[in-house]
Amino acid sequence: MRKASMRRAYGEALAEYGAENPDVAVVVADVSSSVQTGFFAKRFPERFFNVGITEQAMVDVAAGLALGGMIPFANTFAVLFLRAAEQIRTCVAYAKTNVKLVGSYSGMSNFKDGPTHHVECDTATMRSMPNITVFEVADAVEARKAVPVIAEYDGPVYLRISRAEVPIIFDESYEVKIGRGTILRDGSDAALIASGVMVSRCLDAAEKLAKEGIDAYVVNMSSIKPLDVKLVWKLARETGAIVTAEDHSVIGGLGGAVAEALGQESPANLERIGIPDTFTETALSYDELLDHYGMSVERIVEATRLTVERRKR
Amino acid sequence: MTNVVYHPEDLVRDLDRIAQSLRIDVVDMIHRRKAGHPGGSLSAAEIVTALIFHHMRIDPKRPGWEERDRFILSKGHACSLLYAALARRGFFPREELKTWGHLGSRLQGHPDRLKTVGVDMTTGMEGHGVAVGAGLCLSARIKNLSYNVYVLVGDGECQCGVLWEGAMIASKYRLSELTVIVDHNHVQLDGPVHEILPVDSLVDKWRAFNFATLEIDGNNMREVLDALDMAREIRNKPTAIIAHTTKGRGVSFMENKSAWHGRPPNDEEYAQAISELRRRLEEL
Repeated sequence: MRKASMRRAYGEALAEYGAENPDVAVVVADVSSSVQTGFFAKRFPERFFNVGITEQAMVDVAAGLALGGMIPFANTFAVLFLRAAEQIRTCVAYAKTNVKLVGSYSGMSNFKDGPTHHVECDTATMRSMPNITVFEVADAVEARKAVPVIAEYDGPVYLRISRAEVPIIFDESYEVKIGRGTILRDGSDAALIASGVMVSRCLDAAEKLAKEGIDAYVVNMSSIKPLDVKLVWKLARETGAIVTAEDHSVIGGLGGAVAEALGQESPANLERIGIPDTFTETALSYDELLDHYGMSVERIVEATRLTVERRKR
Repeated sequence: MTNVVYHPEDLVRDLDRIAQSLRIDVVDMIHRRKAGHPGGSLSAAEIVTALIFHHMRIDPKRPGWEERDRFILSKGHACSLLYAALARRGFFPREELKTWGHLGSRLQGHPDRLKTVGVDMTTGMEGHGVAVGAGLCLSARIKNLSYNVYVLVGDGECQCGVLWEGAMIASKYRLSELTVIVDHNHVQLDGPVHEILPVDSLVDKWRAFNFATLEIDGNNMREVLDALDMAREIRNKPTAIIAHTTKGRGVSFMENKSAWHGRPPNDEEYAQAISELRRRLEEL
């Protein structure tokens, strides 16, 4: 499968959408070349603000831009938004300013810079704040298509983007919808619910499972909040065996959200694939890290088998 | 640079009377609610009065007017003063002040822009106002609007890192539409500012961050009015007005005492405070 960079697709889409919508502004904290906001900066310098390494003030400046009627996209590494957690809570979530927070280099995708630059708890943090929508894109197409949807959605959004180049999953017909999961592969025995880079790994796992006679749904759950709970319940009722997968801690992210939904109604056997409750390490490649922390295709296959067997018991 | 009009005696006296009336409202509200922050509300009465009742281009009939000047009470704990001022200025009925802090009231424990008419930004956590104000100024610039943004911060608040991040950003973009007023009352929650974490010299600090600086007696109405006029005339950089004030101003036993940062007066203290404030109002 052809691979493409999500962050580049995001950066290009931002510039493209900026031409359509004069209210879009971009704020970035000294990582413009990394998070690819340069395309926008070049075309719309009067709406682009590089504020240096001031993540807290960057969030506040974005809130101010939103108060003035702009639609600001505030960009930095996902881990660095944690530094501005209180700013996000007070000035974005509680004050309900129309700020789009774009957390790039999510999970362990910045493999080479190590655990200081990895992030396992951003989704959990954002998800527990009222008023914030949390959206994680799975490929370059979704990254591109998410930009206008998020801009036109009235309210705070946290957009989670990986540094990695990942296989293209979607074609042009794909429509981004907040609050909606997308079934990428039909199944009957189990359901793999994934977000971000783990979606393509789940598709690979489903291939392997099919050969063993296990037909697994694969769902792209980019809308982590609001979660498509109806879809989760439907899959739970149909299969009784759910596996979640994300490059985030198994606590509080997509897996946590799905567990909460299942606990409320239609309980099913659940396995959560993600970063175990631990800090990570540096590595020479991203794939190596994902495999090391139990997020390999093989591990997804094993987890699925386990849930299916448990359900039979 | 200065195009400061002389403010007539009558105007200054009228505004002084409003400021003193707001002090009475503040003590009233805090006593009734049995909660609130008297010290830092009393210290800022002249500043808030000068802004809301004279200097700022605002219209209670059009609270959402796009070209209005904006006010961010970054030291959100002084909200009783802001609520009292907005009510007297006609943004909502004064009767509503009695509901402050009650479940279901539009008047929250700290300002909430979504609930209270006339509140431009939700505040309460120290440090945000300068950067939020900078964002508002940038937005005005993009949209070709000419409003000014006023941010009132505390001196204890000047200990917050994010405030200085915001100052750097305002200075980078030369946001002359931004005026920061520091209510320099020298006292914070836990004690004197110089003891908890010294912030001196505030004038030097703001100047070093490339703000134009003015230093005034912030409890002197004429000086406040003049400084706000001057700030509006400064075109190439933002302004910081370092306003020396007295924490708890106007209530003898509250003045300069950190104990009165965030505690309400009991009935006896209330009676004394009100009588002192009323006596002064009659003198004006």
